[in-house]
Amino acid sequence: MIPIEYYLWLSAVLFSIGVLGVLYRRNAIIIFMCIELMLNAVNLVMVAFSNYMNDAAGQVFVFFIMAVAAAEVAVGLAILVMTYRNTKSTDINILNRLKW
Amino acid sequence: MVDIKVLISWIPIFPLLGFLIIGLRVHKISHRTSSYIACGAVLLSFLFSAIVFAQLLGMPSDQRALTVRIINWIGTMGFSANISFLIDPLSSIMLLVVTGVGFLIHVYSIGYMHDDAGYSRFFSYLNLFIFFMLLLVMGSNYLLMFVGWEGVGLCSYLLIGFWFKNHDYNKAANKAFIMNRIGDLGLLLGVILIFINFGSIDYDIVFPNASSISGTTLTWITILLFIGAMGKSAQIPLYTWLPDAMAGPTPVSALIHAATMVTAGVYMVARNNILYSLSPLALELVLVIGLCTALFAATIALLQNDIKKVLAYSTVSQLGLMFVALGLGAYSSGIFHMVTHAFFKALLFLGAGSVIHALQGEQDIRRMGGLKRFLPVTYLTFFVATLAISGIPPFAGFFSKDEILANAFAHNPLVWTVALLASLLTVFYMFRLFYLTFFGTPRADASRMNHIHESPKSMAIPLMVLAVLSFAGGFMNIPEALGGSNRLQEYLSPVLNAGDNKAVHHLDHATEYLLMAIVVGLTLVVIGIAYVRFVKKQLVPVEDGQLAGISRTVYHKYYVDEIYDFLIVRPIHWFAKVGDRVVETLAIDRIVNSFGHLVTASSHVLRRLQNGSIGFYIFVMVLSIIVILTLTTVADLGR
Repeated sequence: MIPIEYYLWLSAVLFSIGVLGVLYRRNAIIIFMCIELMLNAVNLVMVAFSNYMNDAAGQVFVFFIMAVAAAEVAVGLAILVMTYRNTKSTDINILNRLKW
Repeated sequence: MVDIKVLISWIPIFPLLGFLIIGLRVHKISHRTSSYIACGAVLLSFLFSAIVFAQLLGMPSDQRALTVRIINWIGTMGFSANISFLIDPLSSIMLLVVTGVGFLIHVYSIGYMHDDAGYSRFFSYLNLFIFFMLLLVMGSNYLLMFVGWEGVGLCSYLLIGFWFKNHDYNKAANKAFIMNRIGDLGLLLGVILIFINFGSIDYDIVFPNASSISGTTLTWITILLFIGAMGKSAQIPLYTWLPDAMAGPTPVSALIHAATMVTAGVYMVARNNILYSLSPLALELVLVIGLCTALFAATIALLQNDIKKVLAYSTVSQLGLMFVALGLGAYSSGIFHMVTHAFFKALLFLGAGSVIHALQGEQDIRRMGGLKRFLPVTYLTFFVATLAISGIPPFAGFFSKDEILANAFAHNPLVWTVALLASLLTVFYMFRLFYLTFFGTPRADASRMNHIHESPKSMAIPLMVLAVLSFAGGFMNIPEALGGSNRLQEYLSPVLNAGDNKAVHHLDHATEYLLMAIVVGLTLVVIGIAYVRFVKKQLVPVEDGQLAGISRTVYHKYYVDEIYDFLIVRPIHWFAKVGDRVVETLAIDRIVNSFGHLVTASSHVLRRLQNGSIGFYIFVMVLSIIVILTLTTVADLGR
């Protein structure tokens, strides 16, 4: 039996990698992947605790999160494709027009 | 036979219906229809008033007071006001005058206003005025009277400013309205004081209990009520609006500013005669104000050259004479003079209107003259009215003025002298006006004289009817000394002599004959002087700039308007300006603006956060999450 701390450390590391990726990378696709990484880190914590507490509710949530993440990717990639067609770039700094 | 109470309640409804029908369809209704509706409404009111009057005459004199309650208007704890009408000798006389003279003036307006763009609007206002005047007269409590009082003020405003495209006319309308407001405040305070002291505003509760209230309070009440009368009836010091009110169409001047509305103050004081009789001080005030106004306005009228202005000052002066009668406690004489004055002054105004109409708008008597040949009907009727106002027997004015003078003599010969002087001045300026207008050589422009024409029938017939009334109006109250029986006074006595019976003067017949002889003799002398000056010598008043000395002061109305302007209007303007510059600009504006500046300044700082760099947004977000998590953890640990 693997102790729960291992799962927590792993997901914390994954989450941090995701956050840092979002903060430091400029490529929109990579940012997307980092977001997925964060979501999955959370999923991992959920499953780990679900197993630890003998409660299936956490795993149900994970399914929901996966479904939402899939939908989000579908929409997000569609936006990205459109952005690329218009700007010939996936650099996130292109989208800095949303300001005063 | 229809119940008399139903008849009474319909009297004010006709003009209201007329107003609503014409007023709501003012652009769709034809001129002819609107004038028929308006005249018909007032005629119906008049017929009903006449029936009610006849019924009242058929009753025993101590039962001649009918109260018709229509609806409970305001009913709360401790205060109730009904819409109910009181018909007694006083209000029935007023009803006949208001609807009768009102009807004649409505008919006259058909001809006078015939080519005016606001024809239907004019008739709707006239009907509304009659409605409010009837409310004022018929109301059986102070509140309903006050509604009518304010309503006629409103109609007066609307009709003075009827030709609203002329800026000066609007100013005159505003002046009338504001001056009346001052008086109305006094009236309102008086009514409030009555309610506080009597616990009711119904006449039939207030009057029987009047003697149970302390004299000081009654004096205050009556003086406050009289301030209202000063405003509405144009007495010193609130009279200056009436001459300016001549800006309205001439029928309006005749109806509102001569015959009916301005006499509302006289009616109100007479209605409250029980209260006034109990406070000698207030009566004294009424007497003094009336005397001063009568004399003062008569002197101004001597030198005015606008035909309507002369008549306006004459109205002010005659109203003063009525208040003299009231102040002497001779209420029925005041009402009598009010009735005859309504006849001959309406006739004078309508005659003046006819002259103005014939001369296409000329109002300056220096540009008239010699109109006798061109306007025979107007000339004759105007002559009757002039004789009536001058008090030549047996015209109406003789009887009413004689009664007031006799009462004045019985009270105090000094009062009699002043009143006599005022009425002699009246004779002079009226004959000056009459001679300058109708005698001598025509002085009007040739272009005006070419188009001169006698007025149409609709204008001439009211003139003739009023001329008959001006001639015969006095016969309703022939004094005992002349073989009559003071019928009007007797008819009014249940209302007017219920309080202190001061009304009847006690002069023996010899004294009365002597007084009459003196008055009539002096009147004839004054007419002679006027005849010599304006017919024999053909003197014409000089142009505006050539007057000097005292006559210039009088011509400029003693500069009262200028004095008021200096003493009241300018300080208020100055105060308003200071308020604008200091309070408004420095305090209120600053506070409001600084709120705006605060928002702008802080947003200048805050907007730097929204720099468009998504990385920065996310960084702040993550940082904030970390901070919140840390804080909650620390808080949890601390617990």
